[in-house]
Amino acid sequence: MTEFGINTPPETGAFLPRDRNWHPPAFTPTYKTSVVRAPQKALISFDNSLSEVTGPRFGHNLIGPNDNDLIINFARPGEMAIGQRIIVHGRVLDERGRPVPGVLVEYWQANAGGRYRHKKEGYQAALDPNFGGCGRSITAEDGSYWFRTVKPGAYPWPNGVNDWRPAHIHFSVFGSGFAQRLITQMYFEGDPMLKLCPIVNTIADPAAIEALVAPLDMSNTVPMDARAYKFDIILRGRRSTPFENRREGN
Amino acid sequence: MPQPLNLLKETPSQTAGPYVHIGLTPNFCDITGVYPEDLGTVMVGEATKGERITVTGRIFDGTGTPLRDGLIEIWQADASGRYPGPTDPRGGADPHFTGWGRCPADGETGVYRFETIKPGRVPWPDGRMQAPHISFWIVARGINLGLNTRLYFPEESAANAEDPLLKRLEHQARVPTLVGKREGQTITFDIHLQGPQETIFFDI
Ligand SMILES: [Fe+2]
Repeated sequence: MTEFGINTPPETGAFLPRDRNWHPPAFTPTYKTSVVRAPQKALISFDNSLSEVTGPRFGHNLIGPNDNDLIINFARPGEMAIGQRIIVHGRVLDERGRPVPGVLVEYWQANAGGRYRHKKEGYQAALDPNFGGCGRSITAEDGSYWFRTVKPGAYPWPNGVNDWRPAHIHFSVFGSGFAQRLITQMYFEGDPMLKLCPIVNTIADPAAIEALVAPLDMSNTVPMDARAYKFDIILRGRRSTPFENRREGN
Repeated sequence: MPQPLNLLKETPSQTAGPYVHIGLTPNFCDITGVYPEDLGTVMVGEATKGERITVTGRIFDGTGTPLRDGLIEIWQADASGRYPGPTDPRGGADPHFTGWGRCPADGETGVYRFETIKPGRVPWPDGRMQAPHISFWIVARGINLGLNTRLYFPEESAANAEDPLLKRLEHQARVPTLVGKREGQTITFDIHLQGPQETIFFDI
């Protein structure tokens, strides 16, 4: 990925404003739960202070050896989760294309049958005794992360009478600043359920939806073992103006 | 066509959904043995400097019902107004304070709770001091993009009155939605997603 030379921002710069036409809006009536949970007043915008450009840091020593292997990290010794074995990999970059190293990426998902291990989950698909459904990584110097899992199943949910979520993996990503905090979902290339999903369709721009769809990546597929999907995550970039030199009229 | 700027687009947000606990606080939802503990549950230790406080409250939807599936993360300065870790360019923060907490709403009552210390004052970009505050980030089923707000302290009325952010809000009548209620060492901060008491949310 290109480095932008003279425009390379210092790490203390304020973040570029969020494009809120690209993200889903708060109020999306076809995703019914949003109706009573969407703030109705305008968000108040202000330029970042230290409170927004700083953020928590997690060391590599946080991560246990099986944290990024959902096939075995909840399984009984010698056993494995059931399902299509896949590797999900990608890089965390900022909007300027710079790798974001050393940040925590957490992921969670339903099992191969579309069932979550959660007491509020009511779907009749079977629990897999060897599948917990969570994992985590810290990005490497080049912003990369990867994990091994089983491909999650689609599942029905109470919204419309016959709404189904496409297969997806939830992601939570930290950046270097608290204002970069992001939760999203990764989908799989070619899934016919995608265009039917009220949650996917909270996003208006088809190009933004495509940014959540991981392509099958045969170049990283392990023969006779696991297919690979690639999912890059882009966090907000920082302005190139140094934070210390900014003036603000008020 | 002019040259492209070559900026990438931020990955669009999607709701954290009802099972956010599986990913972020697995021990809380009985997925044990994967991580030794849930992240963000302990912010302070015996050696942490500063005044111990408990920050607690609930998140209410537009019908007045508390959210029982939400999750809150907070980020705050140490007692001297410095942010822990390498991302504060000033350095020198209390090494015994994490600054960051994560807490799921209670599955029955919706109550969240952080045991922390009262933060010091942090400068605004132009050098004026902000009033002590804690940054909040709220995610839940039905919230499509995490919500940002701040908690301020009721005993800091002088600092709050000169806070560069609070001072410039057009609708001053809404400022109290950002100020907790204090009783002893406990600050209660309820968050209202909608309605006449709707909390101020920020686009940061
Ligand atoms: Fe899900």
